[in-house]
Amino acid sequence: MIRARVLIRPKAGILDPQGEAVERALPALGFTGAANVHIGRLVELDVEDPQQLEPMCEKLLANPLIEDYEVQLLDAGS
Amino acid sequence: MKFGVLQFPGSCDEVDALQAARHVGDAELIWYGDKDLKGADAIIVPGGFSYGDYLRAGAIARFSPAMESVVAFANGGGLVLGICNGFQVLCEAHLLPGALLPNANRRFTSRQVQLEVIRADSRFTCACAGGQRLSIPAKHSWGRYYASEQTLDEMERAGQLVLRYAPGENFNGSLRDIAGVCNEAGNVFGLMPHPEHAVDELTGSTDGLAIFESMRLALKDSRV
Repeated sequence: MIRARVLIRPKAGILDPQGEAVERALPALGFTGAANVHIGRLVELDVEDPQQLEPMCEKLLANPLIEDYEVQLLDAGS
Repeated sequence: MKFGVLQFPGSCDEVDALQAARHVGDAELIWYGDKDLKGADAIIVPGGFSYGDYLRAGAIARFSPAMESVVAFANGGGLVLGICNGFQVLCEAHLLPGALLPNANRRFTSRQVQLEVIRADSRFTCACAGGQRLSIPAKHSWGRYYASEQTLDEMERAGQLVLRYAPGENFNGSLRDIAGVCNEAGNVFGLMPHPEHAVDELTGSTDGLAIFESMRLALKDSRV
C-alpha cells in the first residue's frame, strides 16, 4: 500500500467565505500581516494503485468545476 | 400522474415533498438503495443533508442506486425536480450545470424569499406568468449558485435560467441572482428555495404549488 495525501482547495477567483472569515479573525488576535487565506480539505488514504488517485479525484474527492486538487505520494503506508 | 420522491439517509424534506406533490397527483417514496423508480412519471430529489453532506453536499448521494436510475430516467427525457440538497445532488450528477458554493454571508440562513419567474415557458414554471413573483422559503448554507461566466452566458442564451431572486433578495450571493436552473433539454430543474414548504396558507404562502402544477401540466401536454 502507498500512503497518499490529496489537497483540495477552492479554485482561484472563487469566493471563499471561510478563508475570508479566518483572514479577518487573525488581526483581531494580534496576528497582523497574514493575507490570502484559503481553506480546503485534506484527504489521506492508502492505495494499492496510485494511478487510481487521479480518477478518484475527478470523480469523487474533488469537484473540478470549483476545486483544484494536488496529489502527494508519501512513504509506504502502515 | 405519479411523482416518485427519493429518500436518502439524511433527507429531511421528503415528506413535505410527498405532501406537496399529492396536491396535483399521486406520490410515493423511493428508497435510495432501490433502483426501481416504481413507474413514476416525474422524480423529486428532496432537500436535507444526504449522507450528512460529507465531502461536499450531494457528492455521495449522486452514486446511490436510485440516482443511477434517475440519471437514466433524466437522459430519457423524464421530468426531474431537485430541491435544495436535491439541486446539489443533480449538479454533482452533472444533470445540471454549475455547482452550489457556501453562502456569501457564511451563515445557514432560513427565510422567506421573493423569486421572479424568468421563464414561464419551462416545464416547471408553465403554470406561472412571466415576471410573476413567488414567495417561497429558503434554508441552506450552501446555496450560492456558481458556473463559469462562459457557461452562464450559454445558459442565458439557451433559456436555462428559470428563476431568480428578486432585487434585494439574493442573500446567498448566487451569480446573476440565479435561484433555479434547468438543463439544456428542459426536463431537469433545480432550485435552492423550497416550493414544497409553500403549499398551505398555514405557513404563509401557497406559491410553491405552481411548480408541481406546472409539472403536471407539462406531463399532460406531452401525452396529448
